[in-house]
Amino acid sequence: MVQLSLPKNSVPTEGKTFKAEGAKRVKRFRIYRWSPDDSQNPRIDTYEVDLDKCGPMVLDALIKIKNEIDQTLTFRRSCREGICGSCAMNIDGANTLACTKGIDEIGGDVKIYPLPHMPVVKDLVPDLTNFYAQHAYVQPWLQTKGEEPKKEWTQSPADREKLDGLYECILCACCSTSCPSYWWNGDRYLGPAALLQAYRWLADSRDQQTNERLDRLEDPFKLYRCHTIMNCAKACPKGLNPAKAIAEIKQMMVDRA
Amino acid sequence: MTASYSFNDHTFDVVVVGAGGAGLRATLGCVERGLKTANITKVFPTRSHTVAAQGGVAASLGNMGPDDWRWHMYDTVKGSDWLGDQDAIEYLCRHAPDAVYELEHFGVPFSRTEDGKIYQRPFGGMTTNFGEGIAQRTCAAADRTGHAMLHTLYGQSVRHNAEFFIEYFAIDLIMDNGKCVGVVALDMATGELHRFRSSIVILATGGYGRAFFSATSAHTCTGDGNAMVLRAGLPLQDMEFVQFHPTGIYGAGCLITEGARGEGGYVVNSAGERFMERYAPSAKDLASRDVVSRAMTIEIREGRGVGPNKDHIYLHLDHLDPKILHERLPGISESARIFAGVDVTKEPIPVLPTVHYNMGGIPTNYHGEVLTLKDGNPDTVVPGLMAIGEAACVSVHGANRLGSNSLIDLVVFGRAAGIRAAELLKDKAKPELPKDAGENSIARLDHFRNAKGNTPTAALRLKMQRAMQEDVAVFRTGETLRQGKQRIADVFSEIPDIRVSDRSLIWNSDLIETLEFDNLIVQAIATVEGAVGREESRGAHAREDFPNRDDEKWMKHTLCWVDTKTGAPSVDYRPVHAYTLSDEIEYIKPKARVY
Repeated sequence: MVQLSLPKNSVPTEGKTFKAEGAKRVKRFRIYRWSPDDSQNPRIDTYEVDLDKCGPMVLDALIKIKNEIDQTLTFRRSCREGICGSCAMNIDGANTLACTKGIDEIGGDVKIYPLPHMPVVKDLVPDLTNFYAQHAYVQPWLQTKGEEPKKEWTQSPADREKLDGLYECILCACCSTSCPSYWWNGDRYLGPAALLQAYRWLADSRDQQTNERLDRLEDPFKLYRCHTIMNCAKACPKGLNPAKAIAEIKQMMVDRA
Repeated sequence: MTASYSFNDHTFDVVVVGAGGAGLRATLGCVERGLKTANITKVFPTRSHTVAAQGGVAASLGNMGPDDWRWHMYDTVKGSDWLGDQDAIEYLCRHAPDAVYELEHFGVPFSRTEDGKIYQRPFGGMTTNFGEGIAQRTCAAADRTGHAMLHTLYGQSVRHNAEFFIEYFAIDLIMDNGKCVGVVALDMATGELHRFRSSIVILATGGYGRAFFSATSAHTCTGDGNAMVLRAGLPLQDMEFVQFHPTGIYGAGCLITEGARGEGGYVVNSAGERFMERYAPSAKDLASRDVVSRAMTIEIREGRGVGPNKDHIYLHLDHLDPKILHERLPGISESARIFAGVDVTKEPIPVLPTVHYNMGGIPTNYHGEVLTLKDGNPDTVVPGLMAIGEAACVSVHGANRLGSNSLIDLVVFGRAAGIRAAELLKDKAKPELPKDAGENSIARLDHFRNAKGNTPTAALRLKMQRAMQEDVAVFRTGETLRQGKQRIADVFSEIPDIRVSDRSLIWNSDLIETLEFDNLIVQAIATVEGAVGREESRGAHAREDFPNRDDEKWMKHTLCWVDTKTGAPSVDYRPVHAYTLSDEIEYIKPKARVY
């Protein structure tokens, strides 16, 4: 039987509230907490943050909370400028990077959850093992035949331009974890991120393994579970369009048939 | 207390710590040569800070006009203010073109010229014909070159089935009578300890920008390898040389590439004056980073800063063709919009010199082998230990690194380390671990995990960062440095009062940040100590009380050891290598450094 209700131990409970005493401009951050150390249900802790003493981004608030209010709050972060992809999470109902999401873009309380439908390691840290394996599956490296030139492979600016909108992917997983099709079939459907990466190599004029690459994608699940829901394109914090890349791959499949 | 911990043991030929550009390139080289190689990294490889490098990677390909590796070498030596070792610089510049072609063959999506070659842009300090003209030497993938390189190198690692230990935090080296025989790491996801026995450990752990308050560096740039070396009783070199990048976004500190000026951008003061013309009449905005950062600091100090507090400078790109901005500088256009609220096609970007790069680090030769001063020999190799990338001080950057020489450093010396490791490991038996191997790591981990003082790590870290920012700045004096030294010593003395609140072993980032702070503070000590001692101005080390370079007294590398128990530093020196690698270029003699 398909289970349509959440298992009891996954229902979040109301957690602690941390007040910001004496603050004039207060924003409430409601954050998902869960630790495997005890058998407790997940909980939603509420942190009041004084916006007069906080940077403009959601990540600034998370770091302020960790530094000054609750050192146990756990999340990934590194570059804080939207290029490393570490701090992907679900903020105000949408997947994005905490470091480039302005607090002032959010009305009301700021609700923060880990990326949806991934196993949670702790708090806002999801387990991305399967996501990375799917990226590896598409063989993300240049494949050529015959002897390499002594200098560079040449590529016209027009051919190089075909990689724009593809190579900029930061593997943050915002797109894949926003995709309902990926939620259902994440074990067999490669998902928008891996497929965008697959197309990045298919679209590279230097690459000579087009057929073999397409072969690896040709089955009912790996590629064809994209139903053009387009959540991926909406979620991508870098403004990329994985759904379009997937459509291009489907077109290539048709063209070679 | 330590009885509750146990080790998972592994044996490898080589263990690489760090999966940025240098670490990945070294890992690849070792795997290709059939060495059983592990890569330990505290973040997933594509999250390493190489990903944030923007402008490009320097190599004399000559795609845009005549170029020569000797010109590149001259520029690098001059950029280093003659503190760079010229044998290593020759190695770097000679091997640079092949390293870039290799990256291209790996799949890096370089921008292209009309005839399909790799596009190269001008960068600070890069000239033709030994200083005569402006060179276009910096190979670029738009302004996301580091990202393109790192993702490509990661793809290659996947191709070669390199064995990664991801989100493993390296705690300490395992040393045996002066020899490195392995490393201990914590698996952050489970809290389990792992002991890696290996013939060679290659540290590729990057810089320690987070010792300062405002840095372009990622939160994870805590120089963990540098601190591991100090705890092993070995010295760090030239730590006083900290590069301030002229154009960090005011407030946020995010990087705006020097390539912005390479493509025609320029900085102005509150009078709208292009002041770099006064400070560097020929190179102007494309002078070396130390020169531009000092000029900006002087302008602000003399009341010509912009903004309500007159405390920053404007970088103009709004005169450039929007098409060029879109094609060649899309990443920083986005950063400026997000972090400064600026449309670069219409308004200038508010910028400020911001800590960016550590020229200093673990002393090595050009093979990547770690060196120390022992029994009077300044080139004594530490067996079993290598270092590459920003963690290392080869030294190719000397007192000041040229923009785009870092990315090339990563791949040239990452490759060199793989070659050297294979040579060293011919018919070599694996070292045995000493009986107490890793006990010190357990003690350190357990100590901090149960730290019950009154000061949260973040509070102490902030004190350190403020002291470094204020007292070890673009301009320094004996007085500010001595004050900084005292402030850093005070922070060190507060460590026993540290408090870690998270007692879990699962993804305990409170504990990891504490271990990182403990790594940062000893590097801060070494940095201030080197700066107090060096009574001259050279490259990024600008002493107002000693405004000139003093080759007679100070043409030497600072070595600094830190007793990590007491925080007491001690200093000695190594000579700069005043010779080249081959007779194809002569030693470039010191002269006045004018741009």
